[in-house]
Amino acid sequence: MTAPLLAVEGLSVRFRSGGRMLPAVDGLDIAIAAGETVAVVGESGCGKSVTALAIMGLLPAPPDCAVAGRAALDGVDLLSLPPEGLRRLRGRAMAMVVQEPRTSLNPVFTVGDQIAEAVRVHTACSARAARARAVELLELVRIPDAARRLDDYPHRFSGGMRQRVMIAIAMACDPRLLIADEPTTALDVTIQAQILDLLGDLQARFGMALLLITHDLGVVARMARRVVVMYAGRKVEEAPLRPLFAAPRHPYTQGLMRASPHHAPAGGGRRLAEIPGVVPPLDALPLGCAFAPRCPVAFDRCRDERPAVLPAGDGRLAACFRAAGEAAPA
Amino acid sequence: MNRDRPAWRLARVVLRRLLQAVPIVLGVLVVNFLILRLAPGDIADVLAGESGVATPGYVAELRTRFGLDRPVWVQLFAYVSNAALLDLGWSFRHARPVAELIAARLVPTLILMAASTTLAVGLGIVLGVLAARRVNRPIDAVISTLALLCYATPLFWIGLMMIVLFAVQLGWLPSGGFETLGTGATGLGRILDIARHALMPAVALALFYLALYTRLTRASMLETLTQDYVRTARAKGLPERLVVFKHALANAVLPTVTMTGVQINSLLGGAVLVETVFAWPGIGRLAYEAVFTRDHNLLLGILFLSSVLVILVNLLVDLLYAVLDPRIEAA
Repeated sequence: MTAPLLAVEGLSVRFRSGGRMLPAVDGLDIAIAAGETVAVVGESGCGKSVTALAIMGLLPAPPDCAVAGRAALDGVDLLSLPPEGLRRLRGRAMAMVVQEPRTSLNPVFTVGDQIAEAVRVHTACSARAARARAVELLELVRIPDAARRLDDYPHRFSGGMRQRVMIAIAMACDPRLLIADEPTTALDVTIQAQILDLLGDLQARFGMALLLITHDLGVVARMARRVVVMYAGRKVEEAPLRPLFAAPRHPYTQGLMRASPHHAPAGGGRRLAEIPGVVPPLDALPLGCAFAPRCPVAFDRCRDERPAVLPAGDGRLAACFRAAGEAAPA
Repeated sequence: MNRDRPAWRLARVVLRRLLQAVPIVLGVLVVNFLILRLAPGDIADVLAGESGVATPGYVAELRTRFGLDRPVWVQLFAYVSNAALLDLGWSFRHARPVAELIAARLVPTLILMAASTTLAVGLGIVLGVLAARRVNRPIDAVISTLALLCYATPLFWIGLMMIVLFAVQLGWLPSGGFETLGTGATGLGRILDIARHALMPAVALALFYLALYTRLTRASMLETLTQDYVRTARAKGLPERLVVFKHALANAVLPTVTMTGVQINSLLGGAVLVETVFAWPGIGRLAYEAVFTRDHNLLLGILFLSSVLVILVNLLVDLLYAVLDPRIEAA
């Protein structure tokens, strides 16, 4: 494999809370090739959004937050870049679409202003050219009557339309990496499908890499080629889409599948299986595997020792003693 | 012609609001008139008292001459119908038309109001943003403590202390008055001279609101800076200066606009104190003197002017609000 577009290696993010630094992300590795779609899946609080913010350099400044590791975009380590250098990449080489379209646009500026601004900050062009580009972008995200809607304020747009505007802003400078953090979670089901189609089409047309963060396995199945499953700030499993859905190796992934209506074993009317217990709080992570307290197949070693992320066959990775095929007491 | 264009809508709103203001001003006139009549004593009593040897006959004659012997409702009707023609009557005390007296004092007061409002709003916003950007750091502590001090210190005391320090001890600034008399300065020289005189009263009048705006801006900036759209602005790669002063401040400034309307409305009240302390020849001091000499016509004129001012400022604030926050449609 050639050098990936984005290479996250050993990423750790810790937040200060009551005098202690609590790990939100711990030793995470993710690689995305140019034009590839990778989904990051996990429950709320597993560190997926924090990962996105760390890559974009949008986390709070120290001492409230400490970031370690590497996140290289095209070989440039984003984490060691000075703020000004990072700013020049944000919105140009990499862009982000977030969960809440309703609050993510500034209510006191027109959408045209907000899109044109993203164009002008990275390219030397006239206000008129930026405006023309804004119309182009609104048409690109399929907003009808784009030229006329340019001077409307965000409150005149529906949630789905605002998410399109957010995508238009993200696409302003043809980014090579688009991070979509739960891009459809706040939207109606029918709108969700439209937004996902739009993202898929834009990716096919412009060849950008897509880092899709979601908790929705339906979205994953529809969009991703490779999937990273996160639990309590760590990667627990990584695999190509089909093998993962066919035979999840990690007990947590297996639990997720059983809890999802799309992928649970067929048979109408049966209750979905939930994963017992709750995600451990960051200040009380267990010594061993973070999933051990909820795991149906955990044994003593899982509670004492943290399993490393190891190859589990067919280009897959899993952080589980059982998945790695190591001997377990019967 | 398209009657839905924003300019037309604006014109209609302004016209309607001005028409609505007419009965309000009328009501203010009537109520003020009646309340002043309820107070014991009139200008005839004051003039007679000053002369020292007035007989009851002389007092009665004064009342007849001033029209104070007529029934109250006749006086009221005469006053209101004159006021409707913008005739504010005659000050018997100063032996000059009320409108002329007010006009002579209006400019100094407007200078004072404009200077102190600009200072309070401008500096208050800057300090508030500065404190919010450095929240819980030393500079925030200094700004917040100073703001609290200014907020809690009485206006007249600050005025007196400023005179003691800057005029008496240091001799940097004049202790009072509007301009240096007898210099015959004109043009820029005169403007600078007036500015030197206006500095202390304007600062004294501004300090309380400066503190208020600082605290208000700091609080609303802290809230605004955590909003999703601020993160969007950063994610676009905007420089921090634009993120803070364009995207965050445009939203954080709204409460300050509301407060500015309230400030301007209450400036006349504060001006009474400051103009007295600094011997500033403005409307506030004129009103203060009018109360003591029972110069009712003059006092009514000043109250009329201030009610018109309040209505205009409120209209202006509402319009400004509609411009600053597009979610509010001017209505």
